[in-house]
Amino acid sequence: MKRFASISLTLFTLLPCGLNAQNPVTYDRLTNAAKEPRNWLMYGGNYSSDRFSPLTQITPANVKNLNLSWVYQSAVSGSWESTPLVVDGIMYVTQRPNDVVALDAVTGRVFWIYHYNNDPKVTVCCGANNRGVAILGDTLYMGTLDAHLVAIDTKSGHAIWKTEVAKSGVGYSITLAPLAMKDQVVVGVGGGEYGIRGFIAAFDAKTGKQLWKFYTIPAPGEPGSETWGNCKTATAYCDPDAWKHGAGSAWVTGSYDPSLNLIYWGIGNVGPDYNGDQRPGDNLYTCSVIALDADTGKLKWHYQFTPHDEYDYDSVQVPLLADITWKGAPLKAMLWANRNGNFYVLDRATGKFLLGKPFVKVNWMSGFDDSGRPIQTPQPPGMPTYPAVQGGTNWYSPSYSPRTRLMYVSAWEDEGEIFGGVPVEYKEGLNFGGGNLSLFVPQADAPTKAIPNAPTIPNLRRGPINNWTDAGGHGAVLAIDPLTGTVKWRFRMTDVTDSGIVSTASDLIFTGGREGYLQAIDARTGALIWKQNLGAQMINNPITYSVNGKQYVSAMAGLSLFTFALPN
Amino acid sequence: MTSRVFPQSPILRAAVVFLLSAGFLAAQNPTLQGHPEDYSRADIEYGARLYSEHCDRCHGPNGTGVSGVDFKSGKFSHAATDRQLTAVITTGFPEAGMPPFKLDAADLEGLVAYLRNMNTLDRGSLKPGDAARGQQVFEGKGACLSCHRVNGKGSRKAPDLSDIGSVRSAGSIERSLVEPNVQMMPINRPVHIVTREGKTIDGRRVNEDTYTVQIADQEGRLLSLQKSDLREFTVSTKSNMPSYKGELTPDEMSDLVAYLLTLKGQ
Repeated sequence: MKRFASISLTLFTLLPCGLNAQNPVTYDRLTNAAKEPRNWLMYGGNYSSDRFSPLTQITPANVKNLNLSWVYQSAVSGSWESTPLVVDGIMYVTQRPNDVVALDAVTGRVFWIYHYNNDPKVTVCCGANNRGVAILGDTLYMGTLDAHLVAIDTKSGHAIWKTEVAKSGVGYSITLAPLAMKDQVVVGVGGGEYGIRGFIAAFDAKTGKQLWKFYTIPAPGEPGSETWGNCKTATAYCDPDAWKHGAGSAWVTGSYDPSLNLIYWGIGNVGPDYNGDQRPGDNLYTCSVIALDADTGKLKWHYQFTPHDEYDYDSVQVPLLADITWKGAPLKAMLWANRNGNFYVLDRATGKFLLGKPFVKVNWMSGFDDSGRPIQTPQPPGMPTYPAVQGGTNWYSPSYSPRTRLMYVSAWEDEGEIFGGVPVEYKEGLNFGGGNLSLFVPQADAPTKAIPNAPTIPNLRRGPINNWTDAGGHGAVLAIDPLTGTVKWRFRMTDVTDSGIVSTASDLIFTGGREGYLQAIDARTGALIWKQNLGAQMINNPITYSVNGKQYVSAMAGLSLFTFALPN
Repeated sequence: MTSRVFPQSPILRAAVVFLLSAGFLAAQNPTLQGHPEDYSRADIEYGARLYSEHCDRCHGPNGTGVSGVDFKSGKFSHAATDRQLTAVITTGFPEAGMPPFKLDAADLEGLVAYLRNMNTLDRGSLKPGDAARGQQVFEGKGACLSCHRVNGKGSRKAPDLSDIGSVRSAGSIERSLVEPNVQMMPINRPVHIVTREGKTIDGRRVNEDTYTVQIADQEGRLLSLQKSDLREFTVSTKSNMPSYKGELTPDEMSDLVAYLLTLKGQ
């Protein structure tokens, strides 16, 4: 007994000071996240989701000296898409399917693991992913694959409450990291490929009681319902209740502007994804950004990037809020590189369209009318549409540096897809895609013709052999000037990328890709400064933080979480 | 959101489930089926052979052996698209006595091509090639082993073909023989390299990322090079393989395709 007490005392004294110093993460701290750059307090780093870190210890001059500090290996398989939080020396990261792991951010040693048991009948589109947690006070919040919201104590790793957000087993799921503000936690549901009716909802942070709910598909009679037309013909399958399973998922976290008291969220594709004939109209609020009053959930404004989408161009991007100077005047802007291949600038107070410009090859539209509505140019059957179904970019987060005044975007360039809608009848819990798709790989001497039997990305890009090269597209980091929409520099990769980006005040950006390299790039020029092969695809957003004055960079590759720092 | 990280299994699952309940589709949207011109003669001929091996026993040579099913009608009540027809073959209807068939991609493409054309083609008119004669063409007149390798025999200059019959359809193989550029996969493109030291290397690209390239040189040696160490790095979109159009008779071509389709790997 005496010996046990001694060991306990020793352990206590060896614990990092961050654990004992950890104070509740108040709403005030979240609002002022930029004032504590040592921490990564929410999915996008701060409420603006700009993923800009004020840390400067790692610089373009010394980044080549980065050393591996520690590795944490997850014991579960599958792509790891989580973004960790770091709070005063403690890292909170989720791993499949719905574990939360608390780690010492200096050593990688585990404090506790919370395991959530999902409903075995859970139906999830696109992988059993979880993208992270939110923190408020001493509580972590996680959405689950079976569409529940769980509150977990930061110190013990024990659940405090859980509440059902949506019915499990019919396609609803939560894969995003929640967004916490004031005394509430906000989540959205995924499941667009299963014909859900999507929504964003807020829950009381203390009790889990639902406070408000906004459906992303309006019911008949509600504003926006006029964009869900009636069936006109029996030549294709006609869905009289299209709106009931019109999808409109939320796959990634939203952003928040405390000064406007508005929550912004990107809304996913319409259901069925590819066969528009059975759902005439613009299909609001799919493929849109919506601005909601944070207290009531009432819609303040919306902008639809892709009306009547038939390409799965869902707006699964994090709304990036930046305060810029627009035509000589200060502007509370929203910057958005959309899956549909266009870069947008919106006035985030009003939703006014200010700029739209392709950042990758685009042929599904030819331009915008005065209201900002795209002029759509559907391609003939059998011909490729650009961008492909994966889009010009996707769910991985961009970054904006107020120093360089550039937005950094992970892009898929020059990739086309041959889309084809197929009638599909809604069946609860079954896939509701409604399409035949084939990736377009052009013949070398006939660029408009596809190579017959060309390899497909799912089969070949997931492995270590790149049997694709650049014939059907490639990845890149683009630095976009928000004032003009022009690409200032391009960092081109041979394979594509599913990695987000973090930028720092020392004018570095860190990002990865499917090739498995963690790369440090000069934020001003796009020049590669440092790289490290981590041996597996990076399918997440890197972060940077500091503990006891030492800056770290963390990213997952494969099943491992790697953390780097400069030598002592 | 459909993500290319995990897109395939849900689609496949959906296709399987879908075709079991969506018999109305074929009647409502017949254009979802392929047209005869969509299928190569080589695939149809190969499919006819596979049909006689796998399907004759129950469905009969005319496709009318199962009550309520008539392949010669050109209509498939449970499969509007080729993808769905493929799913029927690979999943079967166990409750109705049809087992799932484990066939590779080349086999499935051929079988679907034949099934889609049973209503217009007489099997007797088809002349599948002779694999044994095709091997003689491959090793003799065609001189294929001077570049390719099969089961440990031949050159390493061009891709090893030991499993070509499982990864390429009959139609694709035939097109490769007459239009090599069209069929060449990006990963097989010839590369020409000059290193900083002035060393010249020619070969095939077998893998590549942003910073490195892996090649097989003319002797088949595997090399991995840093792109920053290269003075020249060019990738050709023209295959080094000659076209056999006009070089082989139609029968020889058919025999050669039949032989290559027997190469299923170990």
